[in-house]
Formats: sequence, C-alpha cells, structure tokens
Amino acid sequence: MAEQTAPPESTGTPGGISAGPPGPAVQDRPDKPDAAVVRDALGVGIAVGLSGFAFGVTSAGSGLSLLQTCVLSLLVFTGASQFALVGALAAGGNPYTAAAGAFFLGVRNAFYGLRLSQLLALPRAVRPFAAHWVIDETTAVTLPQPTRRAARIGFTVTGLTLYVLWNLTTLVGALGAEALGDTDAWGLDAASPAVFLALLAPMLKSSTERVTAGLAVLLALTLLPVLPAGVPVLLSALAAPVVLFLMGRTKRGPGGSNGSVTQRKKGERRS
Amino acid sequence: MNVWIAIGLTVAGCYLAKLLGLLVPAGVLERPLVQRMAALLPVALLAALTAQQTFGDGQQIVLDARAAGLGAAALALVLRAPFLVVVGAGVVVTAGVRALA
Repeated sequence: MAEQTAPPESTGTPGGISAGPPGPAVQDRPDKPDAAVVRDALGVGIAVGLSGFAFGVTSAGSGLSLLQTCVLSLLVFTGASQFALVGALAAGGNPYTAAAGAFFLGVRNAFYGLRLSQLLALPRAVRPFAAHWVIDETTAVTLPQPTRRAARIGFTVTGLTLYVLWNLTTLVGALGAEALGDTDAWGLDAASPAVFLALLAPMLKSSTERVTAGLAVLLALTLLPVLPAGVPVLLSALAAPVVLFLMGRTKRGPGGSNGSVTQRKKGERRS
Repeated sequence: MNVWIAIGLTVAGCYLAKLLGLLVPAGVLERPLVQRMAALLPVALLAALTAQQTFGDGQQIVLDARAAGLGAAALALVLRAPFLVVVGAGVVVTAGVRALA
C-alpha cells in the first residue's frame, strides 16, 4: 500500500508500500509488447504479494482468529488499512475508532480509482468487481502504460497476482504465528510499527509531509495517556489539515488573506 | 463480536472508497485542496500509528525493545532494503533485545 500518494512511489503491502517504478522502458515505447506489460505486473504482484506474510503474523499476534485474519485480506485487500485495524484492536480500541482509522487510510484508493477509470474505460458491469483491486500497486503499474490494452493487462495481471499471493501468504503467516505461541517473545509486535514506517518513509518527500508526520507523532503520544485507545490516532489525523492551513498562510505571505483556491481562480498564482 | 463489527465496517468502508473512485465523474474529487488533503492524511495517520505502536503500552508511554526494533527498521530503510527485510530487521532486533534483557 503505497498508500500514500503518487502511485509509483509505493512499495510494500497492498495499498501501502511501493513496489518501485514499474519499469523505465514504459514511456518510450508506444506499442509496448504484452509480454513486457505482464513482466512488469508480475514483478510488482509477486514482490508485494509476499508481504501478506507479515500481515498474517501481525494479525494473529494481535489476537485475531485465523478466519478473521483471512477475511480481512480477502475482503479489505488494502494493506495499510488492514495493519491499522489489527493494531488498533490489539491496543484495545473500540471497533468504531479502529474501523475509522482503517477507513481513513483507505480513502486514497478513491483517488486512484478516479484516475484509473478513464484509463481503463471499464464497462459499468465490471466496475464493482474491478474496484476491489484498486490499490497502490495496481495503480502504479497501470498508470504509466501507453495504451488502453496495456493498461488493462497491467491492471488485471497485477491485481490477480497480488490478490492470490497476498491471501495465500496471509494464511501461511497466521498459521505460523499461531504455531509460535507467544508472538511477543519473537519480537513480532514490532512488525506492525516497522510496516507503518516502511509505508511512511517514501511519502516524506517535502517539508510539508515531514512537519505533518512530526506533528502527528506529537499529538499521538501526548493524547495516548489521556484518551481512550484508538482516539489519539484519529485526532492525530488533524495534523494534515492544520499543516495545510499553516503552509497556505505562510506561502501567501504577510497580509495575504485569500484562500489559495480563490487566488488560483483569479489567475494570481503564488510565486 | 467487537472484532467482527470492526471488520465489517472496514470491509464496507474500504470497498466503497475504491468503488467511489471508479464511479464518480472525473472532476468531483479533483479540487486541489481535496487532493492535497488526501495525500497528507495517510502521512499523519501512519506517523501516529508508528509512534503509538512503538511507544504505547495500553495507555502508558514506554521505552522498550520495540524502539530498538524500529531503529533497526529505519536503518534498513535508509539502506534501501526491500520491504520484508525492513520488517524482518525490526522483528529480529526486538526479539534479540528482549532475549538479552
């Protein structure tokens, strides 16, 4: 789940981590052979699909049953949201705040879908099924393809490979964690923060992102002792609008009072 | 039961978000402010989750072996290690520190 942002940067779990650029040769060949598209798609699908193992281990270690763990990978299928949910439940969060955190992380997929829908031009009847595969990795592979045929092949092969592997490795990871017994003794409670860090790192491109991350950490740790589990993380999300607002004010300079959207409409671009 | 409620809500919410993108006309979600918020929200959430799951224990802030594990994961990230290696480094170092303590 390169959940995060520009699709090509993501690499890891579905919906979270980036799988790296789909391949440098993509843009300069208008008639890219199908085999090349399939190769790109398989590379991303296999690499990221294997990280379902980490989710299976984390979920079972968080106390979810085998069935619950597998249902998440089968039906949620967007990595960061899955990790966030089991993490919040393990921390004792109530089901609503836990689900809200997972949902907020999943919202970015709506923006991927927006861009993919024009490119793929799927028939209306197919869209409800294709939607399940709209995640960081499929977007990263599909967007750079030169033709609609290549885009459709890329989307389908990445989605299918990743879906099958992610679910298989989730099952294996959950079974393995159950066999281990006390997962904390094996350090498996550190898997989940390591996953989040790996998802976060590629997104810290500019000072806006870094300041947001810093403020969110501060909020989370300050609020943790005083608010019920799950709530501090949700409130930390406020770091995003706060930083956007402050950056907007700073960039507008002293005396500036108009919103940036308004300014753009008037054609007065900020320098 | 609580877990199933959370799973059900997450399944529905995440699926609807994906479907919404494919169904709404282009332009509805394309306002710059909306897009920037969508890009920045995961940053805040992931940072908060990382901190909470490294330093939180119930409602207490603690400094334990997980912090060492997270440091190892960060180092692996700096060295551009693959995703599973990053996670593995965090797990192995955490387990190692606990075994030594």
